[in-house]
Amino acid sequence: MDQLLQHLVNGLVLGGTYALLGIGLTLIFGLMNVVNFAHGEFYTLGAYVAFAALTLAGVNFIVGILAAIVAGAALGWLCEVTLLRPLRSESIDTTMLVMIGVWIAMQNGELLVWGGVAKSIPHPFPTAPLVMGPVAIAPLRVIVLILAVGLIASSWLLIHQTKLGRAMRATFQDRDTAALMGVSIGRVHAATFAFGSALASAAGALLGPVFLVYPSMGDLASLKAFSVVILGGLGNLTGATVGGLLLGIAEELGAGYISSGYRDAVGFVIIIMVLLLRPSGLFARQERIG
Amino acid sequence: MGKRSIVLVALVLGALAALTVPGESQAPLKIGVIQPLSGPVAASGNYIRMGAEIARDWINARGGIAGRKVDLLIEDNKSDPKEAASAAEKLIVRDKVPVIMGAWGSSMTLAAMPKLEEYGVPMVVETSSAASITKRGNPWIFRISPPSEMEALGLEQYVDKLGVKRVDFLAVNTDWGRGAISAFGDMLQKKGAAVGAKEFMDQSATDMNAQLTKIKATGGDTLFLTTAVEQITLVMKQAQEQRLGRKIVTTGGSSSPTQLIKQAGAAAEGSYHIVFFMPWFPEAMPDGKLAKAFVDEWAKRGHPFEGLTEGFRGHDGIATIAEAIKVAGKDEAAAIRDALWKVSLMGVNGPIKFEKDGPAGKESGQSKPSIFVVQIRDGKVALPDFLAKK
Repeated sequence: MDQLLQHLVNGLVLGGTYALLGIGLTLIFGLMNVVNFAHGEFYTLGAYVAFAALTLAGVNFIVGILAAIVAGAALGWLCEVTLLRPLRSESIDTTMLVMIGVWIAMQNGELLVWGGVAKSIPHPFPTAPLVMGPVAIAPLRVIVLILAVGLIASSWLLIHQTKLGRAMRATFQDRDTAALMGVSIGRVHAATFAFGSALASAAGALLGPVFLVYPSMGDLASLKAFSVVILGGLGNLTGATVGGLLLGIAEELGAGYISSGYRDAVGFVIIIMVLLLRPSGLFARQERIG
Repeated sequence: MGKRSIVLVALVLGALAALTVPGESQAPLKIGVIQPLSGPVAASGNYIRMGAEIARDWINARGGIAGRKVDLLIEDNKSDPKEAASAAEKLIVRDKVPVIMGAWGSSMTLAAMPKLEEYGVPMVVETSSAASITKRGNPWIFRISPPSEMEALGLEQYVDKLGVKRVDFLAVNTDWGRGAISAFGDMLQKKGAAVGAKEFMDQSATDMNAQLTKIKATGGDTLFLTTAVEQITLVMKQAQEQRLGRKIVTTGGSSSPTQLIKQAGAAAEGSYHIVFFMPWFPEAMPDGKLAKAFVDEWAKRGHPFEGLTEGFRGHDGIATIAEAIKVAGKDEAAAIRDALWKVSLMGVNGPIKFEKDGPAGKESGQSKPSIFVVQIRDGKVALPDFLAKK
């Protein structure tokens, strides 16, 4: 029982970060119909920007995370305007190939600038764990979870309470009708890509201090983000949030009670089951046709 | 064509041939190197490359081998077994190297091995420690790193002093990790210790909390940890977060205690590490003078100190190959292989000399390296109390 509680806490913290990764990807995927293979690279970018800000510029922790968010949004915006906008009428395969190119270019760029040796991001929080009965958790992880929840909540507000959010939802439901109603599709796409990339970048900056920072760290993040999107359904914010938590907890319990060697397999078995039983994801609404 | 022009052509051809002969013998000697230069274990691979470059420069500064300079052709296996096999193929087929050093991880080495047999090119294995490497009957393999069994035997004498009674294992889910768990598990059981959990982690995994929670529940006193330094850092940090409270012993010699002190901080305090080089006290190595010279050269080049525990393997591997080429007298694969059986030299780790291992008739070469134990104490690397000079 004690062990179960600790596993659940671990899974919750891990799942919160999966959710953060998944939300950005699900928006881009659902809204723009772009399979963003470079999503994990924005995660890596955020981690390196935070590393540079904290160790080289010596700013404080929150400023470092903000710097990562700004850098992610700026590069995401640039990426949309220069690479994706000219291809908007092309098929999904074309943009997918372009994003694979961005993925390779960014990863090798990071290798060139920072080298392959892993970096460790310093953080100002105590390393001694908080102990509540049988459960121990590091203060840094609590902070990461709180910030992740805050970011997820602000994404929710943005999508559901602002004019931009309404325009995004309208574009997702029916792009042509939205355009006829005066929504600037170009601006919505650029904003969506910048926003999704900023979220990935924030996840990287948050998790950098928990783990280590190295050029290929984004590969695993991309894989998890895609898993979360498949679990939750395309373009679905609730789906990505719940899917992320579910994946984190499932992996944790799988590793704890089945075998740690099959940790990732447990996550994928769940995805296969979801695809068999509910092919459009756990939370997908019926798509409007016509 | 008249007779005179034929004579002329023959003269020109003869002159060309005469020109190319000395030219060819002056061509550099090619040695292939396969290391993980990118990917999760890139740090280790790059340190080995740095060590190999020191060996190359020292050999060339002494005038090369029989007047020919040594040239390293370095390929990246991206920490991936598939890439290791194609890197070996590329070096052999396209670059025509007669000998290779590689390929760091056991899974990567094992993946490259069939290519060595297919094309008949010897490889000096500098890091990998899975037993299967020298047991498969691949006569092109010469290993200077200790397999896990040898490492476990080297540690046996210290088990009582370390106070190991109930032990758990956490290892990377590769040939190396699985091999280490069985070798150290057997040795510790023989010494009367109880074996608890045997947990694995994916090579690219960053969150090991599930495994640590499980290990915490066994109530053991010691955790044997086998993986690369990046993952050791993460495990130590996460173990501290969960208040695991175990003695940690790392195996495999890739733990780079200096890097752990830097990146894991207090979480690394008190841990023991099996290492094959002690750059903190080079004079305590079998050849103190050579070890000291290597440490000094490393510092002079501005390489990070924490890389020395990996870097020396690069030096020893290239030094071994250079010695074999010298003994062989030519840079042909089969001749170098035969010469590797005859080499006997002093490396930074200690004496290198190959003995037969594996199925009769197709034996691989295995050297018997020196093994040391150090401890992280008060944020410094020290000899454990039971080893400190009397």
